[in-house]
Amino acid sequence: MKRLLTTLLITSVAMMLAVPAMAAKTIKIGFNIPMTGDIPEVGEGSKNAAEMYLADINGAGGLEVGGKKYMLEFVYMDNESKAASAVNAALKLIEQEEVVAIIGPNSSKQAVPGGGTANENRVPMISPWSTNPATTLDRPWVFRAAFLDPFQGPVIADFAAKKFGAKTAAVLFDVANDYSVGLAEVFKSAWEAKGLGPVVAYESNGTKDQDYSAQLTTIIAANPDFIFVPENYNQVALIIPQARDLGYKGPFMGSDAWGTPDLVKLCGEQCNGQYFSTHYAAAGAKGATKVFIDRYMAKYGTEPADYAALTWDSIGLMVEGIKNAGMVDSNPRKMRKAIRDGLAAIKSFDGVTGSSKFNEQGDPIKCAVVVKISDEGTFVFEESVCP
Amino acid sequence: MDFIIQNVLNAMQWGSFYALIALGYTLVYGVLRLINFAHGDVFMVGAYISFFVASFLIGPIAGFSPVMAFVVTVPLTMALTSLVGVTLERIAYRPLRRKGAHRLYVVITALMCGLILEYSNLAVLGASRLKFPELIEKQIWHMGGVTLTNLKVMVIVTAILVFLFLQWVVTRTRVGMAMRAISYDKFAIPLMGIPIDRIIVVTFVLGSGFAGLAGLLFAMSYPVLEPFMGMLIGWKAFIAAVVGGIGDIKGAFVGGFLLGFIEVGVVSVFPSTYRDLFAFTILLLILWIKPSGLFGIPQSTKI
Repeated sequence: MKRLLTTLLITSVAMMLAVPAMAAKTIKIGFNIPMTGDIPEVGEGSKNAAEMYLADINGAGGLEVGGKKYMLEFVYMDNESKAASAVNAALKLIEQEEVVAIIGPNSSKQAVPGGGTANENRVPMISPWSTNPATTLDRPWVFRAAFLDPFQGPVIADFAAKKFGAKTAAVLFDVANDYSVGLAEVFKSAWEAKGLGPVVAYESNGTKDQDYSAQLTTIIAANPDFIFVPENYNQVALIIPQARDLGYKGPFMGSDAWGTPDLVKLCGEQCNGQYFSTHYAAAGAKGATKVFIDRYMAKYGTEPADYAALTWDSIGLMVEGIKNAGMVDSNPRKMRKAIRDGLAAIKSFDGVTGSSKFNEQGDPIKCAVVVKISDEGTFVFEESVCP
Repeated sequence: MDFIIQNVLNAMQWGSFYALIALGYTLVYGVLRLINFAHGDVFMVGAYISFFVASFLIGPIAGFSPVMAFVVTVPLTMALTSLVGVTLERIAYRPLRRKGAHRLYVVITALMCGLILEYSNLAVLGASRLKFPELIEKQIWHMGGVTLTNLKVMVIVTAILVFLFLQWVVTRTRVGMAMRAISYDKFAIPLMGIPIDRIIVVTFVLGSGFAGLAGLLFAMSYPVLEPFMGMLIGWKAFIAAVVGGIGDIKGAFVGGFLLGFIEVGVVSVFPSTYRDLFAFTILLLILWIKPSGLFGIPQSTKI
């Protein structure tokens, strides 16, 4: 009996030692993405881009770090588009999967709490799509690939003032979504700072709402020159037709959460002719961006939306960070620290969503584009705004 | 003034959906004393059924014109959805009833059936939302500052007609008399020669059929479908039915519209965060004053 126990003990110790030694051959990166819930399209696009990147790297024999090649391993975890689930998914990735870095969550609603978890557990994280400042603010372990709402808000205000000749604005936002609330506030102060006129209506709704008629009636009664709707695409697809039913004839202005092909599918013709700000425009792209779009189209049959492109860039940043680390440590904690330092050392980056410089908060400074939904339901480049 | 009238119309439309779903709750409760928590999800299934029926009919194989498709979709959706309701009754509720299970277990079963419907939908169709095709060309009528669509009018009129129809069935027909009798005493009634199972099936056909109709109208009014669309509205409609006095057709109708009016009214004046707070506080006050609901009759628990 005693011998059996000793044997068991030795084998288990040997296995515990052997596992990290084997794991050092691969670099494990976790993805905290919404595969179900309110925005499943976003999770799918992110995963598609990640799979493409993974095939590239591993197809070439792995990622070269410090003269040796390591295979990459991606673990996808569904956060159900919920804030609480994003925290759980992050913990699962960190504790069970022992990933050395996390990409995602995409939406600020999940990225703000998810970033907190990553930061507390000292795991480097890059959010591809989150634009709310709180995601990275005072979190040395959290980075992002997208521009911030304090930049996006004024871009939208300037564009609307110029394009529509608007004097007054109205805002309809989702009060249960960090992204929507943050952007609505930034936009409101940006619009009022312009001094053209007031924000005549500032109305909110819940995430699961289907009827917006009460809010829209209030907005329409205030007679704004345009309505700013920083909400997810599925909500936009209900809001715009309902506003038309209530007799509103003016333009709408949207934000980067609009930018999915599903918007056009769900909304139909009623969304055509509206504008929104986003991270890149697939139509008329050049260089590396065009190569990425063409390859994605060939593989998945659809144009990559901004979150797919930003996920691609986030992985690019992560790879850059790992290369900067210059070594692969079998101890996940040491490896995480090395990657964080590697990421913090990146000063500028050229990706498919444009080139960006990084400030001390780990936030990129990059250009935004304004896109028009054409009469055919495609996203057409309207103008580019750089900081 | 226009603002108020417009919001009254908004509330009428939104309340119509609560009323249509609440009627199904109340019908089943009135007969079986069973809170059919799967009802909101039967409504969701109705919306999906109408989506597939309508898409097929206007598709290249059937080639109907949208209006013709609508005319055929209405009875087909109602029939198929009532089939779903009856199936639930057959495989989930009836076996438990036969074994003499306590009502509590049947209610839990209903809750589980609802979740099964939601997640099997998620498993089969995926998380991606569906867009309901436009069947009736939308017409927008302007009257002063008030706008009205043909769809809105249709929804409100349908809710009223369904209410009148069910009220007539329950109070003026033999089936309705049997329903009321079962609710009164389900042990003595079979002895009188009334086929209790058949009456229960009729109840589920009516309740689920109108849930299907509500699903179709909802999908036409809010044309984005997702597996969990029935959950929240189902719960709220249940609360509306309770406030109206569950088991009473008039109560469900009034309760549904009341909830619609409170919700729209609160949002039109206050920020939307206050909507559910105000709505449920008011409903709580009503129940506080009248625990059996507006039209409910207090009854002592039997058995």
